[in-house]
Amino acid sequence: MAGSPALSQPTGLRAWLLSPEPASRWQARLGRFYLGWRSFTRNPLAVIGLGIVVLLIVVALLADVLAPYSPVVGGDLRTQRLLPPSETFWLGTDDQARDILSRIIHGSRITLFVVVLVSIIATPIGLLVGTIAGYLGGWVDTVLMRITDIFLAFPRLVLALAFVAALGPGIENAVIAIAITSWPPYARIARAETLMVRNTDFIAAVKLQGASTPRIIFGHVIPLCLSSVIVRVTLDMAGIILTAAGLGFLGLGAQPPSPEWGAMVATGRNYLIDQWWVAAMPGLAIFVVSLGFNLLGDGLRDVLDPKAAK
Amino acid sequence: MASSIANGGGGHSALRFYLTKTAQFILVLATTLLGLVAVTFLIGRVVPIDPVLAIVGDRAPAHVYERARQELGLDLPLIQQFWIYLKKAVTGDFGNSVLTTNPVMTDIANAFPATFELATLGTIIGTIIGIPLGVLAAVKRGSLIDQVVRFLGLAGYSIPIFWLGLMGLLLFYAKLGWVAGPGRIDVTYSYLYTPVTGIVLIDTAMQGQWDAFWDAVSHIILPACLLGYFSLAYISRMTRSFMLNELAQEYVIAARVKGLSEFRVIWRHALRNAAVPLVTVIALSYANLLEGSVLTETVFAWPGLGQYITNSLQNADMNAVLGGTLVIGAVFVLLNLVSDLLYRLLDPRTR
Repeated sequence: MAGSPALSQPTGLRAWLLSPEPASRWQARLGRFYLGWRSFTRNPLAVIGLGIVVLLIVVALLADVLAPYSPVVGGDLRTQRLLPPSETFWLGTDDQARDILSRIIHGSRITLFVVVLVSIIATPIGLLVGTIAGYLGGWVDTVLMRITDIFLAFPRLVLALAFVAALGPGIENAVIAIAITSWPPYARIARAETLMVRNTDFIAAVKLQGASTPRIIFGHVIPLCLSSVIVRVTLDMAGIILTAAGLGFLGLGAQPPSPEWGAMVATGRNYLIDQWWVAAMPGLAIFVVSLGFNLLGDGLRDVLDPKAAK
Repeated sequence: MASSIANGGGGHSALRFYLTKTAQFILVLATTLLGLVAVTFLIGRVVPIDPVLAIVGDRAPAHVYERARQELGLDLPLIQQFWIYLKKAVTGDFGNSVLTTNPVMTDIANAFPATFELATLGTIIGTIIGIPLGVLAAVKRGSLIDQVVRFLGLAGYSIPIFWLGLMGLLLFYAKLGWVAGPGRIDVTYSYLYTPVTGIVLIDTAMQGQWDAFWDAVSHIILPACLLGYFSLAYISRMTRSFMLNELAQEYVIAARVKGLSEFRVIWRHALRNAAVPLVTVIALSYANLLEGSVLTETVFAWPGLGQYITNSLQNADMNAVLGGTLVIGAVFVLLNLVSDLLYRLLDPRTR
């Protein structure tokens, strides 16, 4: 982003960004961002990952324009059912004569919806639990971390299954269930970061100035924990997608005729041997998008959290 | 734990240290298990299905409904209900399954060996292939094999397991015909042996039913390789990083200076030191396979715990779902505990 204007005026903007004496906080921040961006783009795999994620977002936004057919209403059931990939239907059609490509394109919205919503719900919970436990210490720490450990003690998919079973199938409930199972690792990381920050001089200085505990936690501790937690959340997004797809595959996520990728694989299972593309294509989409998030997460970790990189 | 106490004989304070540690350990285990029970209990309470209606039907008169409610203990305060639930859970009583009408614990006991067999074989495959791969990747850093390990790991974190299973069935069963299809054993063979351990490979082998044995092998090999791949992806990645760590240590240089062969340096000295954290990794990957087995068993119609839970789910059989969830959670906790204990036992530095 910061790189493209630099092409037109190579020295001016870059010099301004890399200035050792930034005139404003804003300039300093942009400069840091530019440096991070440069080291990020040096990693080709990370750029591929970013490309896949950007593509997912673009496809989700423009689904109505990009999809050649309706994702829900199929074609002629007598002649257009279960057609193999061809020029008219690039990825073939499914059992209800619907174009699989159009369904995958519209399904990207569901995938993005799940990932974004789970991150928005789970990240603040993890951050709050972790920083409060780490900053306050004592029995609060013990209790909060015990609860975290209990949630970590269940395999993620199994706990999500139990929650969805209780709440009833559906995409919103799947999001809630995945969010409930996602926050514990973020809390762990936030706590570890808080423990490092807690006894530093600047926190002591803020405390001496009379800042309240919530102010210290929200204003000073959480911003410092943010980058590690964001890296962890990004690395986790592939896992969120896979869990959501797994729930969809078991019929517990988005309900038909919604073009959720996991549910599409489940449909294709009935036609696996003769019409392999019905199951293969949506699964491939899940794979590519998870891979994109994994590559992006690895790249971000190298930039934001060099300690964790091997 | 026995050995840690035995080793603590060096002094009185050391003994006390280990006793405190052990007590803490047990306390943590107990609260975690208690928490597991509490979570499943609470999930069971938020179910929108009225358990009383499920039993008496929606046209039952009010007094019948009320009596059923009291029999189920639903009129008691929540904390008292939890106490009753806890007491039952400790004795392994999760009520009856609506679907099979058996006690849930009996069903779980029947299904568990199948999951155990699959996950164990998967872990064995993952360990046997994953460790050498990881070692080679660390030794030849940046080489082709290092790239392969990196790719396998990345793909292992990105591929939906149920999809890979379906594609495996498509290729190796439907197209190539190398393996048998879904299920554990063909019906024709299933009467040739009597289940003793519940583990088909062992039962058939012990009873000399080799035809049945080989049929079971051709059924298990694909799902086991599938789980094995996911465990391999994790184990090889971790082996690589542990080995890189060890190979940078001074004792490796010392061994090389003394003129030991590279083979000995790597496989006898460095790997041996990496082995201790690897045990933890293997136990963890074993625990992760429990999760993978839920989807894998559904794809391969494997009559294990995962399939039991998903079948019960589709029939709104909450007793079975929660019982299964609790058992998987408990096994998960125990495996983590075992890995922790093994680490302490194997690594003299932690004593």
